[in-house]
Amino acid sequence: MTTTRQHSDELHLALYRKMFQIRRFEEEAARAYAQGKIGGFLHLYIGQEAVAVGAVASLQPTDYAITTYRDHGLALARGMTSRAAMAELFGKVTGCSKGLGGSMHFFDAEHNMLGGYGIVGGHVPLAVGTAFASKYREDGRVAIVFLGEGAVSIGDFHEGMSLASLWKLPIVIVVENNEYAMGTSLARTLSVEDVSLKAVGYGMARDRFFATHVLEVHDRIGEAIERARTTSEPTLVEVRTYRFRGHSMSDPGKYRTPDELEERKRKDPLMVSRAELEGKGHQEALQKIEAEIEAEIEDAIRFADESPEPGPELLEATTYKGAFAR
Amino acid sequence: MTVLRYREAVRAAMIEEMERDERVYLIGEEVGAYQGAYKVSEGMLERFGPKRVIDAPITESGFTGISIGAAMVGLRPIVEYMTWNFSAVAFDQILNNAAKIRQMSGGQLHVPIVLRAPNGSARQVGSQHSHAMEHFYAHVPGLKVLAPATPADAKGLLKAAIRDEDPVLFMESETLYNVKGEVPDDPDFIVPMGQARVAREGKDVSIIAYGRPVHVALEAAALLEKEGIDAEVVDLRSLRPLDEQALVRTVQKTHRAVLTYEGWPYGGVGGEIVDRIQRLAFDELDAPILRVTFRDVPMPYNAKLEQYVLPQPDRIADAVREVLYRKG
Repeated sequence: MTTTRQHSDELHLALYRKMFQIRRFEEEAARAYAQGKIGGFLHLYIGQEAVAVGAVASLQPTDYAITTYRDHGLALARGMTSRAAMAELFGKVTGCSKGLGGSMHFFDAEHNMLGGYGIVGGHVPLAVGTAFASKYREDGRVAIVFLGEGAVSIGDFHEGMSLASLWKLPIVIVVENNEYAMGTSLARTLSVEDVSLKAVGYGMARDRFFATHVLEVHDRIGEAIERARTTSEPTLVEVRTYRFRGHSMSDPGKYRTPDELEERKRKDPLMVSRAELEGKGHQEALQKIEAEIEAEIEDAIRFADESPEPGPELLEATTYKGAFAR
Repeated sequence: MTVLRYREAVRAAMIEEMERDERVYLIGEEVGAYQGAYKVSEGMLERFGPKRVIDAPITESGFTGISIGAAMVGLRPIVEYMTWNFSAVAFDQILNNAAKIRQMSGGQLHVPIVLRAPNGSARQVGSQHSHAMEHFYAHVPGLKVLAPATPADAKGLLKAAIRDEDPVLFMESETLYNVKGEVPDDPDFIVPMGQARVAREGKDVSIIAYGRPVHVALEAAALLEKEGIDAEVVDLRSLRPLDEQALVRTVQKTHRAVLTYEGWPYGGVGGEIVDRIQRLAFDELDAPILRVTFRDVPMPYNAKLEQYVLPQPDRIADAVREVLYRKG
């Protein structure tokens, strides 16, 4: 496997570190969920890490990023600490959203990770709004929003697309097409196979590719980010990917075959990067990264376990500023 | 003081705040080139240009969500719906994003946005265009809901709303837009949220209202005066936060209360007010609290039937006689 463009191995190793961090973070989160330490929903990003990691590597730190409820990967890619992320899953006050948001609502304002959202498609206009603010203030920031292919039939996706294109807003709309909207395959939810065609009716630029390699993701989404930054034009990018785990922890996975899953796991972009970097003689660096991440995740679990829970005094204070409006 | 129509008072508040703070912009259907579906934003496009007075296509959910997103990162949008009826298609944005982002983000982000539009009945516009939407929204923690009845309150409360750090929903009325009243000229004139106003002093009974029905309540009070009944009319102005001390004060004085507002009788703002009064001033009450609302049906088009469904001065007067045990 080779990449389309020349990149330093340092960049590739840095992206591998992020992907590996997300993978190991979520594997341990799944274990903690099974132990009853995490409640509610837990939607894992395992298999899709190259999308968030490659895309974020093309952003500036001041750019805005927003995603759906499958948000751990983007948050960690943007620079949220494993501690803040794990503590949020454990519902602790040291979590990124003080334990009030949970798995689906990771926020990190410092890193311009403006949230994970639980209503499918409802976050698309929000992201377009951050691009609107950027254009209003002429501050050169770009917005990026991630959604699943299951979100492209709902109205807010289309209203967001329509207005982003009408007002020429600097945004990249990334559809992570993992082929299943929960348990319903693409063929059963869309009248076309090519999701990027949704851009055509809005006169929007589009791109479409398989996330086979993190550097490919970096380059292709990087082109769209560059378009947004230099010409203030939006792009719809369909990135074809695959999640190795269920939609959420309660998913029995009966809608796909074990063979299909095994076939896709053989193309795991994390393993592709590892094999390529190993082939280039970076065995030692890889082992160092992996050891550091293992220690980091172990520390995050311990931190989350030992952290205090949020108290009721936080509730009114995070509903309104100042006096409660009752 | 200047005499302004209600629509001019709303416009004056927007203009003053947009001149004061360049983060404030106005967005909605027909707010610019058309000069506003109800002429509220007349002249504002010429004054501020298309960057800050933005005509949106018919995408209430889209431009509401976009403005919530813009507010999250520091702008202060004013969103105009042609009427509050059309906010129903943006309900998810208001409920799940505007009202929730402060908590979901652990207090890292907030949404300083104003959503405003005419609300309630508007003379024979039928069932889909006559909703009193405040009842749906006042239920939601994270939102504030205002419903001014006079030009002065419209200006002062809208300015307070625009300067607020949380989402504020501002209920105007198509049938109030031509109402005239004296309005302070001071650019820092603000009416604080959560403070009711006594629109008419009285000692025998309290008629509690907000928005357009305040004027209906005043008509009812004039009818009752001829019978020797001295009604107090309380204009709530603000539904969330709600001035419960004003409710207690007026009931301590009159010991009887009739509520009137647009919207249906099941639950809603009226149910909330009844709860507060019985809970906070139970011993003061000499009669059950009655409510005069829309009748419990969708709004019909026929003019006579519409008037039958709407709260009327005679229905309010009947309710007052009932709580005074003077009926029949």
